[in-house]
Amino acid sequence: MRRTLLFWALVYAALLLLAVFYLIPIYVLLINALKDYREVSVEAMWRLPEHLSLASFAKAWYGDPGVGMSGLGQNFWNSVKLVVPATFFSVLLGSINGYVLAQWRFRGSETLFFLLLFGMFIPYQSVLIPLVKVLMKLGLYGTISGLVLTHVVYGIPITTLIFRNYYAQIPRELGEAAQIDGAGVLGVYRHVILPLSAPGTVVAVIWQFTQIWNDFLFGVVITNKPSVQPITVALNNLAGSYIVEWNVQMAGAILAALPTLAVYILMGRYFIRGLLAGSVKG
Amino acid sequence: MKKRAKAWGIGALLGLLIAGLGLAQGGKLEIFSWWTTGGEAAGLFKLFELYKQKHPGVEIINAAVAGGAGSNAKAVLKTRMLGGDPPDSFQVHMGHELIDTWVVTGFMEPLDEIFQKNGWEEVFPKGVLELLKWNGHYWSVPANIHRANVLWYNQAIFEKYGLTPPKTFDDFFAAAEKLKAAGVIPLALGDNGIWASTHLFETVLIGTLGPEGYKGLWTGATDWKGPGVRQALETFARMLDYVNPDHAARSWDQANDLIIQGKAAMYIHGDWANADFMAKKFEGYGWAPAPGNYGVYDALSDTFGLPKKAPHRQEAIWWLELVGSKEGQEAFNPLKGSICARTDCDPKLFNPYLQWAMERWKTDTIVPSLAHGAAAKESWLAAINDTMSLFVTSRNVDQAQAMLAQACVDAGVCK
Amino acid sequence: MRRYRRTAFLLLLPSLVLVAVFVYGFIFWTGELSLTNQNDLFVPQVRFVGLENYQRLFAHPRFQIDLRNTLVFSLIFIPGSLILGLFGALLLNTGVRGEGFFRTIFLMPMALSFIVTGVAWRWLMNPTSGLNLLFDALGLGFLKSGWYTDPAVGIKAIALAAIWQLSGYTMALYLAGLRAIPRELYEAAEVDGATPWQAFRYVTFPLLTPVTLSAVIVLGHISLKIFDLVVAIAGISGGPAFSSDVPALFMFVTTFQANRFAQGAAISIVLLVLVSFLVIPYLYWSLRQEVAE
Repeated sequence: MRRTLLFWALVYAALLLLAVFYLIPIYVLLINALKDYREVSVEAMWRLPEHLSLASFAKAWYGDPGVGMSGLGQNFWNSVKLVVPATFFSVLLGSINGYVLAQWRFRGSETLFFLLLFGMFIPYQSVLIPLVKVLMKLGLYGTISGLVLTHVVYGIPITTLIFRNYYAQIPRELGEAAQIDGAGVLGVYRHVILPLSAPGTVVAVIWQFTQIWNDFLFGVVITNKPSVQPITVALNNLAGSYIVEWNVQMAGAILAALPTLAVYILMGRYFIRGLLAGSVKG
Repeated sequence: MKKRAKAWGIGALLGLLIAGLGLAQGGKLEIFSWWTTGGEAAGLFKLFELYKQKHPGVEIINAAVAGGAGSNAKAVLKTRMLGGDPPDSFQVHMGHELIDTWVVTGFMEPLDEIFQKNGWEEVFPKGVLELLKWNGHYWSVPANIHRANVLWYNQAIFEKYGLTPPKTFDDFFAAAEKLKAAGVIPLALGDNGIWASTHLFETVLIGTLGPEGYKGLWTGATDWKGPGVRQALETFARMLDYVNPDHAARSWDQANDLIIQGKAAMYIHGDWANADFMAKKFEGYGWAPAPGNYGVYDALSDTFGLPKKAPHRQEAIWWLELVGSKEGQEAFNPLKGSICARTDCDPKLFNPYLQWAMERWKTDTIVPSLAHGAAAKESWLAAINDTMSLFVTSRNVDQAQAMLAQACVDAGVCK
Repeated sequence: MRRYRRTAFLLLLPSLVLVAVFVYGFIFWTGELSLTNQNDLFVPQVRFVGLENYQRLFAHPRFQIDLRNTLVFSLIFIPGSLILGLFGALLLNTGVRGEGFFRTIFLMPMALSFIVTGVAWRWLMNPTSGLNLLFDALGLGFLKSGWYTDPAVGIKAIALAAIWQLSGYTMALYLAGLRAIPRELYEAAEVDGATPWQAFRYVTFPLLTPVTLSAVIVLGHISLKIFDLVVAIAGISGGPAFSSDVPALFMFVTTFQANRFAQGAAISIVLLVLVSFLVIPYLYWSLRQEVAE
């Protein structure tokens, strides 16, 4: 197909238009977060800042104890404390499950896989009330540990799916060869599968990291104290209170977005693979 | 000389050590509230200051939760209480919000001893003591009294159009019609938190049913399906014809801004609006009882209670004693913009509106506020808020009345 | 061999138990709760009330509005994301220079949380600011709207923000789908004298059907579950007259603010059933197809 100059002009125009659409909200967040508090007004939302100021970021991070506003800094670290162990354990479990389901199919393993996968799609509302009750019984309610457990459990389906599809590409003959050399199920996993796991693991880690960092529902239901809440919940509380200037809310939104955004920009390829894995057929 | 200086030094060191030990021993007090801004926060900090003077060495943890006119805080509190992790003391509205949510369910300690020791049965008015009591015991200490049924108006606008504060609903509609014709917003409303609509409706209920009829709604004595409630809904719907069109986008204080900017003439709201006027340095406002509410004091109160599992019980009791004391109330209330729950506070400490309110407090019939947790338990109030959320847009009187009647049945009050 | 299989199954066991309890056990528990009278913090006598909570639910004006809102949301959000996603993917697939750059921008919202998106859009759709100011400046005043503060718009405004956030997802799906179409098919079409439109209509489009199906299922189940975005934009009250309210939010407020646990459980079971109608046939179909391959 021959493509004319007009064709390319139209393609670029359309691409630029789309880029504007996707960038506008981020642009608004950024320019207003960078404004001095004197320049902030709803009417001047689109105006570029005259003086760049990081004061809004400082206020969003440290809060303003004078008016009883607590900053997002501690919530940021709460999210870190949540996301690291939760990602680690859910990826570990997913890797083991994926290995078994891909390499050791047994009678009923497809049904089990189906039952696992369904857990990925359920509306979490249908488990919230029992979840709260059980976490209370375990003494984990209102704690980051409780949130970690929750994310590990409900992360099992997606990580299992990612690893199963990934390990399915590894020829079974490799495992069988190792078995002849006397390796057991765990041996095959350690010596054959694990060394080949890096790309799949990166996909799973990035996916879980993003999902858990961005979660709101579990956070708002399970953690009650502002000092324990992850950053999404704290950001929503910040945005819901009218005492906080809206440029501080925007600075807070950027702080909350920064880690996942950085991961996305640096490792976008793996992020997209995780995205595609979510539609079941890898 | 030298020796003495040394002795002083040692004394100071010892003092520090003792203070340090006090801290180390867990002299702490965690106070939970939704007072995070303006006069409320200032009042709270003043109380903290007084507390620290009396009990140095106790570390005060301010566990205030911002946002949603207290709804965020209440959600946080609920999960903490149910999770067995209560604060030492928490802000809670007097009446059913406290009783039905926390007392009936067995989470609170009775405070009879504290009331007797401090002689509070003599200094709080009977109407308040009744609302604090359940099952013959006292369950919380009131810090203040707010009045919900006040009509605020812009004096310049009223003068310009020769208006006086409307006493009845007929007066109100006559004035509103005049203002509307002149292009002024007759009534300000900011119900992005739907409670503001419920608040307005509650004053219409009082104005339509009278204080006894209104109180009967909460005991089943007044019929929700009756003509009174219907008439109140119709009056309320008519009022909504005169409010600012962007009411759903505004918060209560942004509605108050309409009065300050001279865009709206009247605002029926609680007396925290007064504190907002003062904080914004606006003086051209006047006040009167809401239409049809003459002689009625629609009251709400912030109180503090003692949870059974309070981790620092003694420190919490000291706190309650401060909150109920004359000193505490006189320090807190002028800043918070409310009157004392006690009757012996010095009026000179208060601004003209509050002095007016203190006078009414002594003579008016006291009724409990619905929108602020005094009249009905939370689930009932939530159902009424739902009804209002629909009604403000649909104006469907039949549907609203049916929903209100059902809410009373669900609350276990109506059959 | 059998011994190996047993070890393999044992490795799977911890996850199976966790999912059995936390997913299926809890769903059962919620279902049971929805049939009782536990509609307060403290219920003196817990008893089964049959389907009463469900009857009340479907008769409740707020729930009727929620169902209608979910439908309106889906009807805007799903086609919107599909069309925008397909359009973007076709553009990126033309072989333009800077494809990676544009792709990074288009998919960026996917990396953000709904709450961050909500903060941005809440101000963009503030009636006195944001988009309305922009429309005025551009002479497009007729596009101005009260957005989520206008009961007549409500959920449609939320759908717009959702399209912004999730159209990147369909774009990624379509892009992968387009890349998987063998070049030879287009070459053959060209030999047969097909116009570009015909090539798209008879080659691209049919081959993208499975992708579209996947996308519809995933977007559809997001429509049913949407919660964070509504809270962040319209607030916990669901907007004026519940114009932005959705079942998930109603469930949250009913359960955790009004303490009507059985009623909240009933809402979540209704949600679960709706999601199941969508997802179970799809999962079954996907896995069957995989086995067939």
